[in-house]
Amino acid sequence: MSESIPEAGRPVISVTDLRVNYGEREILHGISFDVERGETLVILGGSGSGKSTLLRTLVGLEKPSGGAVWIRGVNIAQASAREMDEIRKKMGVSFQGGALFGSMTVGDNVALPLREHTRLEESTIEIMVRIKLEQVGLASFEDFMPSQLSGGMKKRAAVARALALDPEILFFDEPSAGLDPIIAAGIDELILELKKAYAMSMVVVTHELASAFLIADRMLLIDRGSVIAMGAKKELADSTNPRVRQFLDRVPEPQVEDELNYLQMLTEDRKPRH
Amino acid sequence: MKAAYKVAAVPDRVGLETLKGLAYIGGLARLAGEAAYITLVGPFRGQRLRPQRAFHQAMAVGVRAIPIVSLISFFVGLIMALQSAYELQRLGAIQFVADAVAISIVRELGPLITAIIVIGRSGSAFAAEIGTMKVTEEVDALETMAVPPVAFLVAPKFLAMLVMVPCLTIWADFMGVMGGCLFGVAGANFTFVSYLKATSDALVLHDISTGLAKSALFSVVITAVGCQEGFSTGAGAEEIGRSTTAAVVNSIFLVILVDLVFTTLFYITNRV
Repeated sequence: MSESIPEAGRPVISVTDLRVNYGEREILHGISFDVERGETLVILGGSGSGKSTLLRTLVGLEKPSGGAVWIRGVNIAQASAREMDEIRKKMGVSFQGGALFGSMTVGDNVALPLREHTRLEESTIEIMVRIKLEQVGLASFEDFMPSQLSGGMKKRAAVARALALDPEILFFDEPSAGLDPIIAAGIDELILELKKAYAMSMVVVTHELASAFLIADRMLLIDRGSVIAMGAKKELADSTNPRVRQFLDRVPEPQVEDELNYLQMLTEDRKPRH
Repeated sequence: MKAAYKVAAVPDRVGLETLKGLAYIGGLARLAGEAAYITLVGPFRGQRLRPQRAFHQAMAVGVRAIPIVSLISFFVGLIMALQSAYELQRLGAIQFVADAVAISIVRELGPLITAIIVIGRSGSAFAAEIGTMKVTEEVDALETMAVPPVAFLVAPKFLAMLVMVPCLTIWADFMGVMGGCLFGVAGANFTFVSYLKATSDALVLHDISTGLAKSALFSVVITAVGCQEGFSTGAGAEEIGRSTTAAVVNSIFLVILVDLVFTTLFYITNRV
């Protein structure tokens, strides 16, 4: 599959033969793909497919056990702590549950990266926070505590925080998970708006088909730790690979699961322990 | 056959548990070392120290603990006076009750009682706070924002504890002596002033400084265990409860172990 990517321009992210292990078990079995400048790549996959592990590896939370992840010309598998920090300042991550700091107001949450990494005046930071919150449709919510926000608003606030340092790459982990269809559509809308407003590259991990087909420039389908399809929306929709078809046509797995497979699926779905 | 197999497995288990224990202590040392580096060396290398966060922690750890520390150490001082009076009375030496209280509180009970209260109030809170942040991916979020979690979460607690626990200990020493004083005045023919005089005669500076040195060590142990347990929280809410319990139990054990080791060291070095 990977040979079909066009090599036009220098990709922002270039993943080659990426392997990730949790302990003895290999979760990702040699994944390769590129993300071009300004494009939105959607990583699709079922529960336990390894898509969350892939995202965690891309943002540097998991160390690859093999292969390379090139981000802005640096291989994060071998980057020093300082190089890694420089890359991280250029990327924003919106976590599944928002991951806002519960002890700080929404405004302070958005201001945190600015306070930590810039020497801007407090008044400038305040203005920037207001601009970022306005962009995600949360103007005048800066004094709210995260616990006072609804699920959708938390995700918007998390996007505002991810945007704080004007990143070149924005990562989304399950943007519509746990939201009702209307709120989820709102988040999709927001992603499309951001795509229009900034020349950002985005990597979105999701299992929501409708959302994926709406926001993606290109899609990647992961199954059991390997890429089984990659390409533009149409290519994916026309795929004849049986696993791809099963996923896209929402065909359930046969009822009786092999016990070992089921256990594997369960453990893969878990967040890794440290 | 089965029994023999079980017996043979015992050394394996002992070895494994010992290694695990050592790894745990090693983890604590690394975390404490990192926090100490960030707090004490970092600022001279242009790294950011977060004084507001440390101040916030100091309020929670120290200032808000004053009422409960006062009350408990006052009671413990009173209990020590009652218990030692029981024995001293029989020897006709009840006037030494001030000495007995002063020495036992300042050298041992003040630092220990303070440490145990701080474990219950703050050590558990550290584990719960960091554990919750772990479960809700906030620790991951810090990392992806290039904000090191140890510098952001642990170092301010480390600094606050290092300053506040010895301060609380001094206060606990004072309140313990006051507790003893209540008995001295009510039951041993002391006046308030003569009791304080007897206390200050009984103590040498060395007694106070060893107590404070121990309390500083306790603060490091409590911070390291609380934060370490927080960071090792797995997925799910029930894991936070496990971390909090482990933080309290392990802290109490390690504080008493450290106490034993240092009290022995002080004893040996001052014997001659």
